[in-house]
Amino acid sequence: MDFSFTPEQNEFRRTVRDFAEKVIAPRAEEMDETEEFPEDIVRQMGGLGLFGLPFPEEYGGAGADFTTLCIAIEELARVDSSMAITLEAGVGLGAMPIFLFGSEDQKQKWLVPLARGEHLAGFGLTEPGAGSDAGGTQTKARVENGAWIIDGSKSFITNVGTPMSLFVTITAVTGKNGNTQEISNIIVPVGTPGFTVGKKYKKMGWHASDTRELAFDGVRVPEENLLGAKGEGFKNFLTILDGGRVAIGALAVGLAQGCLDQSIAYAKERKQFGRPIGEFQAVAFKLADIATNTELARLAVYRGAWMADRGMPFKKEASMAKLFASEIAVTAAREAVQIHGGYGFINEFPVSRFYRDSKVLEIGEGTSEVQRMLIARELLGF
Amino acid sequence: MNVVVLVKQIPDPANPYELVDGRLKRGVAQKVMDPGDEYGVEAALRLVDQFGGEVNVISMGPAAAMEAIRRALSMGAHKGVLVTDDALGGADALATARVLAAAIKRSEFDLVIAGVESTDGSTGVVPQMVAELLGVPQSTFAKEIEAKDSSLTIKRQTAAGYDMVECPLPAVITVTAGVNEPRYPTFKGIMQAKSKPVDTVSLGDLGLGGDDAKPTQSVDAVNPAPERGAGEKFEDDGTGAAKVADLLKQLKVI
Repeated sequence: MDFSFTPEQNEFRRTVRDFAEKVIAPRAEEMDETEEFPEDIVRQMGGLGLFGLPFPEEYGGAGADFTTLCIAIEELARVDSSMAITLEAGVGLGAMPIFLFGSEDQKQKWLVPLARGEHLAGFGLTEPGAGSDAGGTQTKARVENGAWIIDGSKSFITNVGTPMSLFVTITAVTGKNGNTQEISNIIVPVGTPGFTVGKKYKKMGWHASDTRELAFDGVRVPEENLLGAKGEGFKNFLTILDGGRVAIGALAVGLAQGCLDQSIAYAKERKQFGRPIGEFQAVAFKLADIATNTELARLAVYRGAWMADRGMPFKKEASMAKLFASEIAVTAAREAVQIHGGYGFINEFPVSRFYRDSKVLEIGEGTSEVQRMLIARELLGF
Repeated sequence: MNVVVLVKQIPDPANPYELVDGRLKRGVAQKVMDPGDEYGVEAALRLVDQFGGEVNVISMGPAAAMEAIRRALSMGAHKGVLVTDDALGGADALATARVLAAAIKRSEFDLVIAGVESTDGSTGVVPQMVAELLGVPQSTFAKEIEAKDSSLTIKRQTAAGYDMVECPLPAVITVTAGVNEPRYPTFKGIMQAKSKPVDTVSLGDLGLGGDDAKPTQSVDAVNPAPERGAGEKFEDDGTGAAKVADLLKQLKVI
């Protein structure tokens, strides 16, 4: 049993941490306040090769692996969740479907600019009436004169409304298989007539991440924009979700680590009754609990990543890692605010942002309840 | 244009330092390439991008200094030389300059770039000594570099602004932290650095002996700078300005 990262992965972790602390951290509070997507920072992340980490060099990638991507996401989240989710969604939801299910032509056309960090893309599954129950998908696509005609709408979509956004891959009903809907994936370029990228949502957290509603009104795209086989759109998406859950777990670990680091620094510096508050057991035990949970979540997340890199089935492990890491992250953020007392409630200290950023981890890419359902299904075989 | 960059492995300045017998404790866990050297590496990479050629990274230090060279290689430098020898422990600025000059001379070079001073030793004289030993001009404190085929123009940072200094190549220059924004290594760069050539050489390999490495200076004691006092407050009762002016005169500031 070997728990160590490679020397190159450790070196890379230091590099991403350095980048996050020098480039992102000084801007994080301002980004949280203005809720603006920082294109210059995301382009620098692209220059670092972050968006191409798990893809082969022939597609503009770095030829690293999923574990290395998780390291980058964790280090960004330690400083700022908005930039971490921009990376996670950019790779996991924007680029990964093209890499896994695209033809050679589609990979050259759509994957290469994403892997090089020149553009972003999103994935559109959720709809006003369809979330975890993707069977409720209303968006429809039909073929007419060699083109797909798409009508419908999508909710909570990441990375499609930025100046760097190139396309969105959507799930759409393309027919019927007996009683069930046939769902396919279609690539829709930003700027296609009839495709409206809506206003940014006002969110509790993840303020600098781009999240919008999308509307499709008679949108026409070439028939060749079908991604993967017709009718396999839902199955494809489920495949992507397993990796996405581990990556969200890595984001949660980073956030929890950030809470721990901030709290340790504060507990050493803040004095009450003549001594640093870290000397009081009430505070010290909180730190011990956050640290222990963060370490356990890290083990679960990187074991999931390790299994993914080896092509092992990791559905249950991915759900467990995501469930545990996101829940301990919310707890870590709440306790970090508590340790900071009044200063934890004002935005000058990062932990208040961490607290607001943490909640969505229990919701996005499958709620905690859905994770428990999936884990139970694996246990019971239903 | 073949550019040599001098780099040094130092204890991470982000961590607290410790002195043992007047010398910096170097056995600490986290060591990094001197952050000041990143500017030199970046400047060299830009020149080579512009004119072609290779960036050769040279360092003197214990075997672990290889990590500093690898860091420069992961940023994009092409090859490296590490001079490591037990006889070099405690080498002073002159001994270091002798060793670096001998290592530089082993191959053809057009330009040698170094930081203004190391972050740990801060002597700020090694590059100048290297230039003398190589018999080439030196041009220091560059905050901007412009190269032509056989000459170089730098803007030399001064207290008041900058001087324009031109010198023929080959030459030794030192660069300030304002000269550029160093790139971060990519994962691909880190992987590629593993297979780039690095020569590890000893004093003997450079044709030097133990006498060349002997320090000519020794540090007797190192003490932390005294903490700044609270200063003197002047209440302005109408004569405040005069009092401050008197004090400044007394201190020969005005």
